[in-house]
Amino acid sequence: MTRLLSPLALLGALAMKLLAAIGRVAIFAVDTVSHLFRPPVYPRELAISLLHIGWLSLPVVGLTAIFTGGALALQIYSGGARFNAEAVVPQIVAIGMVRELGPVLVGLMIAARVTSSIAAEIATMKVTEQIDALVTLSTHPMKYLVVPRVLAAFLTVPLLVAVGDVIGIAGGYTVAVKNLDFNAAAYLKNTVDFLELRDIVSSLVKGAAFGTIAALMGCYYGMRSDRGAQGVGRATKGSVEAAAVLILAANFVLTGVFFSI
Amino acid sequence: MIRMETVTKAFGPKKVLRGLTLNVPKGTSMVIIGGSGTGKSVTLKCVLGLIAPDSGTILVDGQDAARPADRDAFLARFGMLFQGGALFDSLPVWQNVAFRLLRGALKKPAAEAKEIAIGKLRRVGLTADVADLFPAELSGGMQKRVGLARAIAAEPEIIFFDEPTTGLDPIMAGVINDLIREIVVEMGATAMTITHDMSSVRAIADNVAMLHDGVIKWTGPVAEMDNSGDPYLDQFIHGRATGPIEAVR
Repeated sequence: MTRLLSPLALLGALAMKLLAAIGRVAIFAVDTVSHLFRPPVYPRELAISLLHIGWLSLPVVGLTAIFTGGALALQIYSGGARFNAEAVVPQIVAIGMVRELGPVLVGLMIAARVTSSIAAEIATMKVTEQIDALVTLSTHPMKYLVVPRVLAAFLTVPLLVAVGDVIGIAGGYTVAVKNLDFNAAAYLKNTVDFLELRDIVSSLVKGAAFGTIAALMGCYYGMRSDRGAQGVGRATKGSVEAAAVLILAANFVLTGVFFSI
Repeated sequence: MIRMETVTKAFGPKKVLRGLTLNVPKGTSMVIIGGSGTGKSVTLKCVLGLIAPDSGTILVDGQDAARPADRDAFLARFGMLFQGGALFDSLPVWQNVAFRLLRGALKKPAAEAKEIAIGKLRRVGLTADVADLFPAELSGGMQKRVGLARAIAAEPEIIFFDEPTTGLDPIMAGVINDLIREIVVEMGATAMTITHDMSSVRAIADNVAMLHDGVIKWTGPVAEMDNSGDPYLDQFIHGRATGPIEAVR
């Protein structure tokens, strides 16, 4: 009987572990939001985070978007040719980039670039007692380290998504006009006419959600890091895994919210 | 000034502090000695509120360290030199030293804060030209000095030193010990140091406490340390492998 129940017990233990982890992340998120609205604020730290998360992510976001937009145009053209629908390239590139690929790819690139860097930096600070030093210097680590990073990601990732959307569409446009003989003016007109305000709003909202998730996971794993180089490595790896999975899950939920009929 | 009464702390099954009782009078320098993993760092962190004890009381001037009325004001009374320096590597040296003076209740204009930081750097034997360097550009000894300058920058009443000479050569260790002693005396501060370096003990301490197995085995003036008659303290200060303290080979 005991042997029969052991897989169930294992499943139960795993479920409890998962629920406990969700609870810890939720408490951390609530704690972050509560510190957002209580002084002191650290404008210098926020400015540095805006620069690192927003401005310095532009090259990787731009490159990701332009190649994706170009590949998307080629795929839609060759796929659409199977049922004589090659002409829908501008519309599908626009909708694909703005609704899905723009926010998701930017979110994942931010998870790779920003989440990992935040987790590694904060974890290193933790193992070298810099976080304890902050506390002894009357500075709350949540306010000084977590709030500026999460706020900066919340503010800048929607802008990065907007930039990614535009560059992705530009990538599709370039391929369509240069390689697939589309008329430039007609391509642009089709793109602009087809997009709805709801598409753009959903893209920006997804950007804000994914940015918040990415920064929050970096901070959460960094602050909970174990000692030593292995601890920093585990924190970094865990943060990127969690951020990527949560971004994809949040994308599914938000797509349902915005576009379920 | 600092009173610890039957303080206990466990991490999971590992009981680190098992009823630690210690009194540090105002203006004196207490050095806590003991082997690695005996709870010395945990003791300091409990006083600062970085770690919450499981039971017992810690009073700083009669104020409960676990629940001070104003946590920022409570922490503003302390300065701490961390074992590895714990300097913020994203900030230049002068901003590390002046960290408390650049934000919060003690905030001063940047130029004034930098001037104070340079003054503190000079006090610990560093020149003004290190002020704009980053911690990673400094040697271990220089990082310790910067950590010391940061600990004293806001003129705290109580200063903690966590293994101040670990990782330093004997000459640099002597220099840091002398600096600590001079600074504590001239500031009239209450000091608590944890170390297993006996040269530090003799240079810094007014009083010594021997921590073993989570409790204070012996405490008294440094002058009485060599004739204490306590087997734990004797074994420790003479570095004997045999005695009541079990040494793993």
